[in-house]
Amino acid sequence: MEDEQSFSDIYGGRLALQRRCYSPSCLEFCLSCPRITLRSLTAVTCTVWLAAYGLFTLCENSMILSAAIFITLLGLLGYLHFVKIDHETLLIIDSLGIQMTSSYASGKESTTFIEMGEVKDVVINEAIYMQKVIYYLCILLKDPVEPHGISQVVPLFQSAKPRLDCLIEVYRSCQDILAHQRATSTSP
Amino acid sequence: MVLKAFFPTCCASADSGLLVGRWVPEQSSAVVLAVVHFPFIPIQVKELLAQVQQASQVGVTVLGTWCHRRQEPEESLGHFLEGLGAIFSHKPWFQLCRERGSKSWSCKATHWQGPTSHAASGEDQVMLIFYDQRKVLLSQLHPPAVLPDRQAGDTTASAGGLAAVFDTVARSEALFQSDRFDEGPVRLSHWQSEGVEASILVELAKWAAGPVCLLLACLLSLVSAASACRVFKLWPLSFIWSKLSTCEQLRHRLEQLTLIFSTRKAKNPAQLMRKDLIGQLADALIPVADHVAKELQHLLQWLMGAPAGLKMNRALDQVLGRFFLYHIHLWISYIHLMSPFIERILWHVGLSACLGLTVALSILSDIIALLTFHIYCFYVYGARLYCLKIHGLSSLWRLFRGKKWNVLRQRVDSCSYDLDQLFIGTLLFTILVFLLPTTALYYLVFTLLRLLVVTVQGLIHLLVDLINSLPLYSLGLRLCRPYRLAAGVKFRVLEHETGRPLRLLMQINPLPYSRVVHTYRLPTCGCHPKHSWGSLCRKLFFGELIYPWRQRGDKQD
Repeated sequence: MEDEQSFSDIYGGRLALQRRCYSPSCLEFCLSCPRITLRSLTAVTCTVWLAAYGLFTLCENSMILSAAIFITLLGLLGYLHFVKIDHETLLIIDSLGIQMTSSYASGKESTTFIEMGEVKDVVINEAIYMQKVIYYLCILLKDPVEPHGISQVVPLFQSAKPRLDCLIEVYRSCQDILAHQRATSTSP
Repeated sequence: MVLKAFFPTCCASADSGLLVGRWVPEQSSAVVLAVVHFPFIPIQVKELLAQVQQASQVGVTVLGTWCHRRQEPEESLGHFLEGLGAIFSHKPWFQLCRERGSKSWSCKATHWQGPTSHAASGEDQVMLIFYDQRKVLLSQLHPPAVLPDRQAGDTTASAGGLAAVFDTVARSEALFQSDRFDEGPVRLSHWQSEGVEASILVELAKWAAGPVCLLLACLLSLVSAASACRVFKLWPLSFIWSKLSTCEQLRHRLEQLTLIFSTRKAKNPAQLMRKDLIGQLADALIPVADHVAKELQHLLQWLMGAPAGLKMNRALDQVLGRFFLYHIHLWISYIHLMSPFIERILWHVGLSACLGLTVALSILSDIIALLTFHIYCFYVYGARLYCLKIHGLSSLWRLFRGKKWNVLRQRVDSCSYDLDQLFIGTLLFTILVFLLPTTALYYLVFTLLRLLVVTVQGLIHLLVDLINSLPLYSLGLRLCRPYRLAAGVKFRVLEHETGRPLRLLMQINPLPYSRVVHTYRLPTCGCHPKHSWGSLCRKLFFGELIYPWRQRGDKQD
């Protein structure tokens, strides 16, 4: 069962939330970030090349122009491979754990898996980010020493940064599964 | 209640049989290790499992049945399979089934109540998780970094279900020894059935490795015995060995080689062997030394004039300046005398650089030390003069105030001096005070030059330390066999049809390179400076000589 909804992030960009329900105990959310636009790419390239041309008129060294081309290419490749995240996926499997995957624009994927035994709860938290106060979804991990303490807070969807309406959708589904998991784990 | 069944991907194409593995009740998960094929005798299967259990301390039992065939289940096979459930009783009893050539799987887990009440058996939902048995067997899980205030005992207690799966597979080596192609009483299918890696070259290399290692060990023991002989412990040689960083590096390299035979470090600087490069290097060294000497002479001429507008004491200035200029003249003559031999010496020294980049860097550090030896001499002369002056000044200053240093009591005491003592003391004090700027300036200039050389040598040492402590084997393992070093696992949901059980693929998530370097960092022979910044400044102010680093096991000079 699959459905797709459209939301916006904290800057006003368009996000697409795709929800897939494989079974009552397994759920996947895929949040797609806004793509890199031609306008921003052209703006950056023009700035770099104009600066290089300005330096060239001062120094009369043509190496500067070739260096500018290399820098632009390498910078673009590095940006696509290390910085620009295409979509973020959250997979919740009842009685196994929660998995977060970030896919970069070059195809690289980075995954983290947290076992269900370590998850205390999934909550929506507030944070001060630059000059705004934003909401974000996070997983609270149990403290092995103290039964009611929290050892770590793992934030989700950090590069997509959706707004509260999107977070509430994800939060409700997560809580359903967590409640089901708690109910079945306490029973023998 | 959802049960989890970890199923190895190599058994997905195996023929029908019994599932053998371990049941973990805390996570309600079953780890399937192998499939026992028909025909078999139940007594022999039970014996084999008892043997494996004793050898590996893992509770291996029969978990259920596995069915892989072309058409729909026949009634007789169904009863036969249920009958097996009575022989090998296990709660819950798994029945996995797959149509040959299709992707549809079915599995049931029943709680067997007993032969009398067939109808009352309960069924649970099962989730299938596929894993690559060979990779999980060889992999090592690295838990996330433990916080410093936790003890190690806490983390093992809370180790999750996945660590138990990895542990089970890793410890069940005894089960994987016999295969379905072997002639034993029981035929098993597991990761070995997929085909054992056999390459002629690998086999030959393994056979040849024994004698080669033996030969290398003999050679190395000869070399270390030769270097440990008494001749090298005599005073002049042992002093030189301790001062040269090349010898320290060679000693380190010898230790490493005796430990593992094929330690060839970062890159093999074979380019240094080429004749023309050595020639170019030798040709470049002499002009560089000349240039340094010329710059020093200009510096001294500047000091002998009116440096930075300060007015120096003319006589002392001339004496010191001429003394240092003569020293430079001697040094330059010596360098020019040596110049025909430099190329050959460098070639022979460059041979030892085949032991690694770090040895080449240490040689560079030593060459820099030798070329700037005159700067070191100037620094020592300037520092000693300045030190004497400071001590003289402080003692005469005490005399000026009518006090004296009591050596017995290590404190300043008052003392009554005679008139002539006071007169001469005051005169000397005045002389020293007025000569202080000249000496201080020479000391300052040469100390700065010495500190510059020390900084360059220190940077080279840091680089050598970095290269020494880089865990090349772990990095190579991470590059070529990433599944060996695991930071965790990742799951992928496979094709799903409604009504069928959920199937997941478990893959190994390799450790990031930064954590590999951090976890497996080799111990460095790090010689960190023993002074703090405060004591260094104090020594500089009073003109005491500074020795920036000490080699291991060095005594004070």
